[in-house]
Amino acid sequence: MLRFENVGLRYGPGPEVLRDLTFEIESNSFQFLTGPSGAGKTSLLRLLFLALKPTRGLVNIFGRDMATLPKKDLPGLRRRIGVVFQDFRLLDHMTTYENVALPLRVAGRDESSYRAEVVELLGWVGLGERLDALPPVLSGGEKQRAAIARALVARPELLLADEPTGNVDPQLARRILRLFVELHKSGTSVVIATHDIALMDLYDARRLVLHDGRLHIYE
Amino acid sequence: MSANAAAAPEPKGRPASKTGPKPKTKTANAPRARRQGPIVPASSVSGHTLVMVIAIMTYLAALTAGAVDLVRATAAGWERDIVRETTVQIRPADGRDMNAAVARVAEIARAAPGVVEVRPYSEAETARLLEPWLGAGLSFSDLPIPRLVVLRLSDDGRFDPAALKAALEREAPGASLDDHRRFLDRLVAMARTLVALGLGVLALVLAATVLSVVFATRGAMAGNRDIVQVLHFVGAKDGYIAGQFQRRFLRLGLKGGLAGGLAAIGTFLLAELTAEQGVGSAAVDQMDALFGRFQVGPTAYVGVVAIVVLISVLTAVTSRVTVFRTLRALD
Repeated sequence: MLRFENVGLRYGPGPEVLRDLTFEIESNSFQFLTGPSGAGKTSLLRLLFLALKPTRGLVNIFGRDMATLPKKDLPGLRRRIGVVFQDFRLLDHMTTYENVALPLRVAGRDESSYRAEVVELLGWVGLGERLDALPPVLSGGEKQRAAIARALVARPELLLADEPTGNVDPQLARRILRLFVELHKSGTSVVIATHDIALMDLYDARRLVLHDGRLHIYE
Repeated sequence: MSANAAAAPEPKGRPASKTGPKPKTKTANAPRARRQGPIVPASSVSGHTLVMVIAIMTYLAALTAGAVDLVRATAAGWERDIVRETTVQIRPADGRDMNAAVARVAEIARAAPGVVEVRPYSEAETARLLEPWLGAGLSFSDLPIPRLVVLRLSDDGRFDPAALKAALEREAPGASLDDHRRFLDRLVAMARTLVALGLGVLALVLAATVLSVVFATRGAMAGNRDIVQVLHFVGAKDGYIAGQFQRRFLRLGLKGGLAGGLAAIGTFLLAELTAEQGVGSAAVDQMDALFGRFQVGPTAYVGVVAIVVLISVLTAVTSRVTVFRTLRALD
């Protein structure tokens, strides 16, 4: 599904923040991406959701080489990847329902074709009663779940989550983890970036550990 | 999987998983069709400010266009009126029968091509012309007073002043043609300078309008950067994102442009109405004689519409360019 070979990344003329990354993310796999703050987790996630291009090495996503990929094909690939941002990135002028439905709306689908699906998904993440609420009135946990629902709604093949439990209490963190596990069981590959060791201990999965720009993999 | 995670109560299966059946379009708990809000928010503080900037700049540009059109029309009027008239002056001389000379000049002038009306000033009319300076009861036998014949000319340009001048020199001694050329040249030069100045001012105002609108649009777009980013990362195509902003900003541009344009048209109409009310009074009539009637022509109204369209399109295009610039920075 996704393959990195000798990938390096630097911002401008500075030193490499990621060095010689070589790994694969298989279909229907589950992994944690971890490491100390500043190790490059967010940079690697940005490479994974095509927000950055590597300064060297090969990145192959869904069988397409990023180095030769035309720009017009990027939106199509992005729709196959769901992203949960650390800061949620919900649009404040849209209701929870509209935020979650956004990936389907921008894909050009008619609302009547996805309305029921979005409502059921919101019920699944525990936001069934908050359809019309605007993000500013949602709690941190509710925002987190709305952001997760938005990442899931287009049925991505790969789900990336950046510190998805960083703003919630341990009980909600466990609940959110269960959502990801359930999603993984339904066939989606999941990458969760976190430095919450307690969370990782809850689920036995592959760990990608970034340290000083290099990746160590614990299967 | 660890015991903890396995023991935790699982959420109900994700609805309509990839392998499961697709949900029906309408289910019992599906909400009623709701009107989805716009992707780009309809109103914001920066949006209101942009509309105000556009309205003010459109108003100023439209007023300038109207003023330039007024100056142009007045200048053209001066030129037209002065070109339509010329005068023959007959100087008195010993033994010259002035009435016969006037009649002869009138006869020559009538025969000249391009002269549509010949109006010799009689002794009485000439005396009336001089009355303010020389007083009443003027005696033509005591003073060597020249006589005038005024010629009204056609618009078709057939009038040949050189030919008439030659004919007068040949057949009417003491008569000279004053074709107003020197006065006309100066007046035309002044009128054209005024129009050129007006066009220059209009160009500057339009340039200032364009720059203000571009910067105000960019400012309003800065608040929407998050929206561009989110749309980008949920897989929206660049053209789709740009289209959303372009439509919203075209609407803002039209709103501001129409407000400014209509205010300018209102100002024109009010000024015309005020000028109409003064007709008949000596002061207004004198001003009318000198500067022409205060009336904004159709060109100015067309100009206002053009400015509104230009500013609306400019606002939309600027938002589109800004979106593409933001997206380029993201990729």
